[in-house]
Amino acid sequence: MINRFVFRALSLASVLVLGGYGSTLYADETKSEITLASTTSTQNSGLFDYLLPLFKEQTGIEVHVVAVGTGAALKLARNGDADVLMVHHKTSEETFVSEGYGVERFDVMYNDFVLVGPDNDPSGVKETETIVDALGEIKAKQAIFLSRGDDSGTNKRELELWKANGDNPKTASGSWYRETGSGMGATLNTAVAMQGYTLSDRATWISYKNKQNMEILFEGDERLFNQYGVIVVNPEKFPHVKEEAAKIFVNWLLSEEGQSTIASYKVSGQQLFIPDAK
Amino acid sequence: MNDLWQAFFKAISLVVTLDDKLLEIVFLSLRLSLSAVGIALLIALPFGAVLALTKFPGRRILIVIINVFMGLPPVVVGLFVYLLLSRSGPFGVFGLLFTPSAMIIAQVILVVPIVTAITRQVLEELHHEYDELLRSLDVPWYRKVTALVWDARFSLSTAALAGFGRAISEVGAVMIVGGNIDHLTRVMTTAIALEARKGDLVMALALGLVLLAVALGINLFAYSITETVKRRHQ
Repeated sequence: MINRFVFRALSLASVLVLGGYGSTLYADETKSEITLASTTSTQNSGLFDYLLPLFKEQTGIEVHVVAVGTGAALKLARNGDADVLMVHHKTSEETFVSEGYGVERFDVMYNDFVLVGPDNDPSGVKETETIVDALGEIKAKQAIFLSRGDDSGTNKRELELWKANGDNPKTASGSWYRETGSGMGATLNTAVAMQGYTLSDRATWISYKNKQNMEILFEGDERLFNQYGVIVVNPEKFPHVKEEAAKIFVNWLLSEEGQSTIASYKVSGQQLFIPDAK
Repeated sequence: MNDLWQAFFKAISLVVTLDDKLLEIVFLSLRLSLSAVGIALLIALPFGAVLALTKFPGRRILIVIINVFMGLPPVVVGLFVYLLLSRSGPFGVFGLLFTPSAMIIAQVILVVPIVTAITRQVLEELHHEYDELLRSLDVPWYRKVTALVWDARFSLSTAALAGFGRAISEVGAVMIVGGNIDHLTRVMTTAIALEARKGDLVMALALGLVLLAVALGINLFAYSITETVKRRHQ
């Protein structure tokens, strides 16, 4: 015998469990949605939360953002698991297109990388002239440096900068050079806790909320330029790619309106991305 | 300490103001985890019963494997399900990756071993206890099984709750196969991970407290049901 209380409880549970499945199972037919593989820096900075509702309002297209590192985003798109790619490592993006996975690559916006660290600056990077010298000082003083170590765009750039000195910091991995294998925010959390230096994109740094005594210690070198590109995944390679909606999205980003929307996104009064579509 | 207090007050204010976004995330978490546990029970109860009450070659090794799978790292399950559901994978044509369905699949894989193992343990012990009685009664095997399961129902509800705990607290697998997409696949745990990454530790911890409160609610609910039913039968 089932008493009324149990019966009510069970029916509530079944409503919870079964309710709302239709929308997810038949999503493709009812409304236009695309999947965008992008980087943690664009998500953590809040740019998409600002941009995408406006885009949806105008076009009705819902953009699903999967935010991972640049390396992982490229891999997702290579498996055909995204319709659009927006990342920040130009050479990898060009390879992606030349290998036939993407249709065409467009510049969409840029910002720059900054070297952050504890405000007492144990390696004296504030006094250096170039980012390469700054990293050289960190190595010379064996100050703690946190690397993303996750094949992200930021990680790729950081390794290129070390290489410019002829250094391979990975030989010191585990001592003063520490690879977190995590996203930018998690790496910043670690850097704060260890009082170490790390390379961050400016957008993530500005919107990051746990700065404590950390600050930007080096910026402005042209080698720290950080370009974001956008690519529609090639529908010839993956027939399920929603080419039409994906193109509308990319064209909107590159349009005057999309560009001015990107420029108007500010956190604590500071502009995070500078649009530069041609 | 200050951050801890702030998180606590933030959690209370989130709950009191019935923040829309929070409700959406909480309901999705509940929907996914309850679905996963429901499906897992359908698989694991019969499976556990078979393991407990029958003898067949390979049974012991199967029991050991199930026990090992209880400790399966969620990230591994996530990667496995990702590779299956990826457009380049065997089930890619269904387009399930980055949907709530993909997350349920991953959670079912995580929950089934726990429920199976507990079910087997409980039924085996009970069977041992009742063996002579059941034999003397000379009833068909399926009557035995239903009698045992019915008698063990309160212990088995603990198995379901353990499975639910695993499902709702898990982050590694649902992050990979769900993608933590806002308004679509963002659940409590992936939202907590995201806030922590943004350095908003207070918000992350506040969401964690809300998750605890939700789990507490579910457990109280289950407990009160079993108590009510128990009293009826006494």
